[in-house]
Amino acid sequence: MKRGIGLRYLTTLLACVLLLGASKGHAVDVRTVVFRIDYPQAAPISRFDLLPDDIGFAGALLATEDNATTGGFLGHSYTLETVATPPDEADAAFDALLARDFDILVVMAQAGDLLRLADRAGPDRLVINALARDTALRDDQCRANLLHVAPSDAMMADAVTQFTTWKKWPRWYLIQGSNPADRSLGDAYRRSAGKFGASIVEEREFEDTGGSRRTDTGHVLVQRQLPVFTQGARDHDVVIAADASDVFAPYLPFHLWDPRPVMGSAGLRPVTFHAAHEAWGATQFQRRFEKLTGRYVREEDYQTWLALRVVGEAVTRTGTADTARLRDYVLGDSFELAAFKGQKVTFRPWNGQLRQPVLLYDGRITVSVSPQEGYLHQTSPLDTLGLDAPETACTAFN
Amino acid sequence: MKLVLTTCLAALIATGAIANTVFVSNEKGNTVTVIDSDTWEVVTEFPAGNRPRGITISPDGALLYVCASDDDTVRVFDTTTFEELYTLPSGPDPELFVLHPSGNPLYIANEDDNLVTVVDTESHTVLAEVPVGVEPEGMGISPDARFVVNTSETTNMAHFIDTSDYEIKHNILVDQRPRYAQYTADGSKLYVTSEIGGTVSVIDIAADGAPTLRKKIGFDVPGVLPEWLQPVGAKITSDGKWLFVALGPANRIAVVNAETDEVVDYIIVGQRVWQLAFTPDEKYLITTNGNSNDVTIIDVETQKAVKSVQVGEQPWGVAVTPDRDG
Repeated sequence: MKRGIGLRYLTTLLACVLLLGASKGHAVDVRTVVFRIDYPQAAPISRFDLLPDDIGFAGALLATEDNATTGGFLGHSYTLETVATPPDEADAAFDALLARDFDILVVMAQAGDLLRLADRAGPDRLVINALARDTALRDDQCRANLLHVAPSDAMMADAVTQFTTWKKWPRWYLIQGSNPADRSLGDAYRRSAGKFGASIVEEREFEDTGGSRRTDTGHVLVQRQLPVFTQGARDHDVVIAADASDVFAPYLPFHLWDPRPVMGSAGLRPVTFHAAHEAWGATQFQRRFEKLTGRYVREEDYQTWLALRVVGEAVTRTGTADTARLRDYVLGDSFELAAFKGQKVTFRPWNGQLRQPVLLYDGRITVSVSPQEGYLHQTSPLDTLGLDAPETACTAFN
Repeated sequence: MKLVLTTCLAALIATGAIANTVFVSNEKGNTVTVIDSDTWEVVTEFPAGNRPRGITISPDGALLYVCASDDDTVRVFDTTTFEELYTLPSGPDPELFVLHPSGNPLYIANEDDNLVTVVDTESHTVLAEVPVGVEPEGMGISPDARFVVNTSETTNMAHFIDTSDYEIKHNILVDQRPRYAQYTADGSKLYVTSEIGGTVSVIDIAADGAPTLRKKIGFDVPGVLPEWLQPVGAKITSDGKWLFVALGPANRIAVVNAETDEVVDYIIVGQRVWQLAFTPDEKYLITTNGNSNDVTIIDVETQKAVKSVQVGEQPWGVAVTPDRDG
């Protein structure tokens, strides 16, 4: 084919131009996996939060198409394998992939499982976290072979705090759930309040008593209970909800004793992406995604898309699928990626976390984007979100 | 009222005055603002379809082409009466296009479908659809019209499409989110702006049209975060001496010495500057400032902003009629 010869020549040419001489224009075949553990979960409070079967996989499929379009001009091909497994079969399913020599693995799993899988993968493979937000994964629990495209709870909390500070809402009423994940999220907000000078003037815990999420006309009871639960708080400007378990936060707006805005797990929420986001060319992403999948995009899909776009961008620029070289490249100064957030996203080389703006979303539109104006940093304003280099206990990247 | 203004403008042009007509597409206002380049007064503003962005004028100055992005069409207007004449098929969500120097065909970037659509401006038919990278955006054409260059925002390439057979003959990787491609008048160089990468790639063009990436121009403005230095539109003087680059949310135009490809100055303009156009005598450069709803007029020789003119809501593109025989 005429085009093939031209492209092969071009690949060589580009490689020379970019001083990445190792690529001799040979075809590069990039085999990627998205590995998802499906945990037993209670029904969400809102039907809008029901998870589609292809959650995460759909974003990965779009990224693979995007990468393949670019790769078509360079002689690079991309394949995607998606695996969903229950927790107790995860290790065996993961090992089976390793046995088939997959070495670029995007994982959607909870922190404990993610770490175990990353350790099973070993140092020569590249594991990308597209889901878990536990800050510890970027701190004392970090792994050299584990990159994080998903933002940490600390980054998300800081995105909220910068907005409340910009709004001059310094007095917080923090309400957290009673499960470990809720308390951990509450800790992220406490840390963030301390970092940016917000005061937590009132703090309560909403106990998860279990039971069914859905009862017919349950709102009647909620309307009576929530004001009672929230009354008598010291004067506050904003309510911050830490409800990782989706137990109570959606009930807070409009049912508070004192009428105040809600942020965090309900009201104005920090998200990586949402289906109404249109700024910075995102409309094209939304249309491509919807055409391919027949549904709206979710954060998980954006995160898997981003994880594989990181891989695609690194392959495009280096002309190799070698994981060690890809890792070096994405952690290096040359790496940059456009991600529909108005500025390039890059990695923190000291813990493998992707720097990224955070959208503040009210359920319908992008209300604001953090970092907020005026938050400066010697490296990047994005480093005002989450753990910074001097604070981290991560040493695996040294 | 509009008719009176229109008639006056037509009379002005007919008398052979030096004034040219400046057309500014207003992305949010769904209008085109018409400005007289002699007085810099707004003549009128007329509806131009939904989300008008890319805008250009036929070589004879008679036809105004507007990408009505949300209408999935290119609307064609009479440049003197401002009447809509007809529409051209464009494929979905047209944003930017480039016209063959002869006035036919029109090459349109379709962001949704990873295609460049080639449209015959006389028969109003699609001549070809050329598959390109992800999110095609910027469109440029070599002065000899041998190559149309398309930039793809997610693939991050400039694709060189041969206009004789619509095959891509060359691809050049550039920095993130390439927005605009601009050849020098002699065709020896091509500049490609990268909005998120924050650079302008300088690409040497051989006699046979083959490109070689030579360098990347970076930008640095004290007191402005590097993240906001986002190159978008670009124009170069026909003598090849001065390149002007719109820097988006940095609210500045970079002045680049195009002989050395070094930045020599920054000119403060309105907010969120998108696209640029020269008057035909290249005495003035007009910049569209999306977030301040105005255009800035820059004196090209002194490299100073001399005037700003209020236009419609969120101006995006700008085109100026060529000189016409009186």
